Order: sequence, then structure tokens, then C-alpha cells
Amino acid sequence: MSEAILKVSGLTKNFGGIKAIDNVDLDIRPGEIVALIGPNGAGKTTFFNCLTGIYTPSAGDIRLCNPKSGLKTKLNGMKPNKITEKGMARTFQNIRLFPTMSVLENVMIGRHCRTKAFILGAIFRNPATRREEEEIIEMSYDILKKIGLHKEVNEEARNLSYGAQRRLEIGRALATEPFLLLLDEPAAGMNPKETEALVRLIRQICSEGHSILLIEHDMKLVMSLSDRIFVMDYGKKIAQGTPEEVRSNPAVIKAYLGEEVDA
Amino acid sequence: MFPLKELKRSALIALWFAFLTFPIMVIKVDPIERTVEWRWDNMFFIALGSFVISILSKVYLIRKERRAGRKKGNRSITEPFMQRILREPRFLYPLSLAVLVFALSFPYLFSTYQTNIMTTALMYVVLGLGLNIVVGVAGLLDLGYVAFYAVGAYSYALLNMHFNMGFWAVLPIGGLFAAFLGILLGFPVLRLRGDYLAIVTLGFGEIIRLILENWNDFSQGPSGIANIARPGFFGMDMSFAGGITYIYYLVVGLVIVTIFVVNRLQNSRLGRAWLALREDEIACQAMGIDKTKTKLVAFSLGAFWAGLVGVIFAAKTTFVNPASFTFLESAIILSIVVLGGMGSIVGVIFGALILILMPEYLRALSEYRMLAFGGILVVMMVFRPEGLISNVRRSYQFKKQSSGQASDRS
Ligand SMILES: Nc1ncnc2c1ncn2[C@@H]1O[C@H](COP(=O)(O)OP(=O)(O)OP(=O)(O)O)[C@@H](O)[C@H]1O
Ligand SMILES: [Mg+2]
Repeated sequence: MSEAILKVSGLTKNFGGIKAIDNVDLDIRPGEIVALIGPNGAGKTTFFNCLTGIYTPSAGDIRLCNPKSGLKTKLNGMKPNKITEKGMARTFQNIRLFPTMSVLENVMIGRHCRTKAFILGAIFRNPATRREEEEIIEMSYDILKKIGLHKEVNEEARNLSYGAQRRLEIGRALATEPFLLLLDEPAAGMNPKETEALVRLIRQICSEGHSILLIEHDMKLVMSLSDRIFVMDYGKKIAQGTPEEVRSNPAVIKAYLGEEVDA
Repeated sequence: MFPLKELKRSALIALWFAFLTFPIMVIKVDPIERTVEWRWDNMFFIALGSFVISILSKVYLIRKERRAGRKKGNRSITEPFMQRILREPRFLYPLSLAVLVFALSFPYLFSTYQTNIMTTALMYVVLGLGLNIVVGVAGLLDLGYVAFYAVGAYSYALLNMHFNMGFWAVLPIGGLFAAFLGILLGFPVLRLRGDYLAIVTLGFGEIIRLILENWNDFSQGPSGIANIARPGFFGMDMSFAGGITYIYYLVVGLVIVTIFVVNRLQNSRLGRAWLALREDEIACQAMGIDKTKTKLVAFSLGAFWAGLVGVIFAAKTTFVNPASFTFLESAIILSIVVLGGMGSIVGVIFGALILILMPEYLRALSEYRMLAFGGILVVMMVFRPEGLISNVRRSYQFKKQSSGQASDRS
């Protein structure tokens, strides 16, 4: 099996006295869909925030390895935008689109870190800048087609339906050309039909060479999509393994006490 | 029909106004005769007037709400008239041309006095457009903008006094000085957000003014620097009126350049990043935008324009002193941006013209001038809280089926 593209070891995050994440290990291999589950308040979102540089971890080690170039980077203490440049992008649990910008522009923002035009380029619009701008538009449009929002190009993001906004977040993250995509509850608030489309979309994204780490409460989705599952509770990792292993793990069943794990 | 609650509210407002204006409208002290005149009829008219105005505005707002409710989701109809014009090149180009012709022939149509006022107004257009980058587009509330204006003005004043440097040589230097100062200040300050940023920039503006006021050896203190050279034109000698016309054209040129540059900046990768930064900083960073760098660029570009206008200001008045760079100045420029419409170039131009020209032409009202001015501002903010003209979003057209063969228009 090839080398892990993300290797987290001993990650810990304290908020004052609270250990929101306590010594968690996790690894993702190329082409995998990995799920991170756990009851509310388990520390999943905090885990994402540590990975993407929004929080600085209190302890532990996060290493990213680009599967194409083999380039390894230690992410601890890096700024969020640098981490995105390294090839890891995310979506947010509480949708964070740019509400008054258009759908297309939201995706175009994702291209920012892969393009260069600056002050002089913007003012003089030299051929290189124009070409770059065309490429940004073209690629963003292609992404919109992929996520099925190409009819709403000029719509303001805030006018989209909830499900569409979640998809747009995925599209925006894809525009940064990540090899690892972190999705924080992508199906939250979606109806069954939208969820189904989302599952197809995630599969497609994965087949196009992006690895995926997702947080999700929808067990049906998690069980059907993931190659492996990590389970957290009270900041600790309590189980990991294939969906079958996790489903029958007594610790997991206890954590979800009463909640239906197998669906 | 009209809710009773609103009637009560209007009555309250009327009472409140009557109370507020009591000292100036009712009591009239005659110091020579040593009598006090009580003009109660004035109070009655004020109460009646504000009652009627309050009801009228309420009726307008209610009707507007009803209309908006009915036409919800149908954007093409609710889209304001001005926006439609700005969106259509068919209307926009002839209109711009007409405005340009008018601007160019202005000195021939009007008196020197009028031209001078117009020059001032156009300088504020440039200042407004510069601050618009910072506040309107990038969303950084800068209350010390005047500091950069002062830096530009004093750059020219001092370089001219000590080294006898000419206007054209100092123009870029003044701009760059201000931009550099913007970067210097931006580094520590731009990690702050919202109110905190506003307070710190406010303090910075005052610090610069206080330095200029107190560091006598450097800036000649409150008495200022006089006899600054007017801008030259290939060494030609110009009459007083000729000089004013010359500066007018110079400022018109600067306005055109500024509009061009700001428009291009807004519709670029950088401009998009500014907008995104205004809307959500964390999402921005997660999308790979360098927050600090992007903000710094906005801040220093805004400062650059202020510096340029500062140099022109010094050349126009041939005299600078710290009193020209008080907080009020920052507040006026900020009002231009907010009133005109955050992020909208046309809005800012209108805002500047209205805010600067109106007090001049309201002189006919003598002592009620500022009262009327304030009243008009309040009315404008009530009826158009998003500014006179809100920013026109760029829209993109894609041919059907083709894979993103983009033909876009702005
Ligand atoms: N900035 C913060 N300051 C203090 N405590 C925090 C902060 N962020 C998160 N926490 C705490 O950390 C714990 C984990 O929160 P987190 O949001 O990571 O949970 P989660 O697993 O994502 O839950 P959910 O499924 O509801 O999204 C919670 O107890 C929360 O109160
Ligand atoms: Mg969460």
C-alpha cells in the first residue's frame, strides 16, 4: 500500500481546561474516502480546524505528502492559506460562502491560490493576465457543471438553496486543486434526493483523483461511502477500521448509546 | 390603511423635534434690549412639519415594502433604473461621453469661482475612490484616511521648500510616500478587525496631525507652510485664472485615470479577493488567499491616491497647515463612500459631488446651511441605506453547451 498522504499523530488541542482533541492519530492513503464520525461535541470540527491551520494544535504532528510530487510538509503552525496551497482544501459545517458574490465568483475565488495576476497585471491587463483570467472563468464554469450549478452562474450565493450552497462549497474547494478534500457534514440539511446526488458527486470527485476525509452524521451515507472510518468521542479516538468493523465495535455502540449505528 | 401605531410614532417624533429645536427656534435673546422673545409659533410649525414629513416617509417606506414583497424574485423589474443604465454599454458609453464633454468644457461655461469649487469636488472624487478601495471593496474601516492626504500635501510642501522640487517630480513621490506609510501602518494594524481597526486608524490620523502641529522644526507647526509653487506647464507663466483652469484639467485627468484603474482593479483577481475578504475572512484564508498581503495592498493603494491628491491640494492652495487635515476630513471622505454606495464607482462620484457641492450651493440658506445639509444626508440614508447607487455585480454569459467558452461583459 502506498504512503499516507496525510499522517496525523498525537494531535491535541486544549481550550483552557477542555481537551477538545486528545492525542488523536489518523492517516489517509491516496484515493481513499475516510469518514470521521462521533457524537455532537466530540471534537471533529476542531480536528478539521487544526488540520487547516485555523487553530494551532497544542501538541502533535500533522504531515502532508503530495502523492504526485512526493513533497512532504509539516503543517503545524502554517497559515491556512499556505496549507491550502499545499493541496488540502475544506468545506465548513456552518456554510461560509461569500454571500453577495455570484456563484461563479465564489468558485473563482478558489482559483486565487493557483493564479498570479497582481496590481500591474490588473491595471494593464496584459495578455498573460487576460489568458489567466479566461482560464479561471473556464475552469470555474467546468466545476459548476460538475456540481450541477452552471445554470445559476450569476446568482448571488445567498439566494441558493441550502443543498446547492453545500455543493457550491465543495466546488469552491475543488477549484484550489486539492489532492485531499475535507468535507465537514456535507449532507447536513439535505433532503434524501439531494443526499443521493451528493453521494454520487463525492464518488466522482474521488474517482478523479482526490482523496476525501469527511465528517458526517448520516450513518447510511458514511457506511456506504467510506473505505475506513475513524470514531471520536470526547476528543479521543475510540475506534477505527472498515465500516463493518466499526459497526460492530462495542465502544462505538456505547458512544452512540441508543443511536442507530447500522442503517 | 395607515396604522394607528405609526401615527403615534410620528406624533412622538414631532414632539421630540419640537423639544430639540426649542433652544434655537423658540428662544430669541436680544442682548441689547435685554429681552427674551418666545416664538411659540415656530415650535408649532416645526412640530407640524416634522409630523407631516415623518408620516410621508412612513407611507413611502410601507409602499416600498409592499412593492418589494410583491415582486420578490423578479430581479429585472426591481433593479433600479440607474443600475440598468450602468449595466448596458449602449447607454453607458454615450452617457460617459456626454459627462466627459461637459467636464472638459466646464471652465469655459462657468466662472473661475465655479471652476475652483468643481476642482475641489473632483479632488474629493479621487479621495473617495481611493478610500472606496479600502472601505467599500476590502471592507477595512479606515477612519484615519486623511493622514495619507496630509502626507502627500506635506511631501510637496517640504520638498518644494527645501529642495525646490517641482510639482510633477513630487506627484509620484507623494503618492509613494503615502503608500509606503500605508504599508508601515498596515503591518501591525491590519490584524485588527472592524471597530478596533477603526479606532486605531482614527488614532493614527490624529497622531500625524499632532506631529505636524507640534514638530515645529520639521513642519513649521500650526502656522503651516506658505508660498508653495503652483504646478508648472513646460515653464509657461500663467495668469491666476489660467492656473485654476490648468489645475482643473489636471484633476479631471487624475479622476479619469483613477476611475480607469479602480475599475480594472475591482474586476481583477485582486478585486475579487478584496470582496471575498470583506465577506468572510476565514473562508478566504481557507481558499488560499493571503489575508495580510491582500489587505496591505488595499490599504496602501488607497493611501497612494490620498497622497496624490494631497500633492495637488498643496499645489492648488499654495499653503498647507495641519488644520486642513482634521478628523472631520476623514469623516467627510468616509461619508462620500458610504453615501455614494460602498464599492460603487459611480456612486462614489455622485456622493462626492453632492457632499462637496451641496454645502457650497446651500450658501443661499445662510445660517441654516449646515442644518439643511444634515437633513438631506439623513433623508438620503433613510431612503437609500445601501447608498445612492449600489455596486453593479459583474455578470458572465456562457454560450449554451460549449464548455465554458466565456464571453463576459462587465
Ligand atoms: N473556539 C473554541 N473555544 C472553546 N471551546 C471550543 C472551541 N471550539 C470548539 N470548542 C469545544 O470543543 C468541543 C468540540 O467541538 P467541535 O465543534 O469540534 O465538535 P463536533 O464534533 O464538530 O460537533 P458537531 O457534530 O456538533 O459538529 C466542544 O465541547 C466545543 O464546545
Ligand atoms: Mg462539527
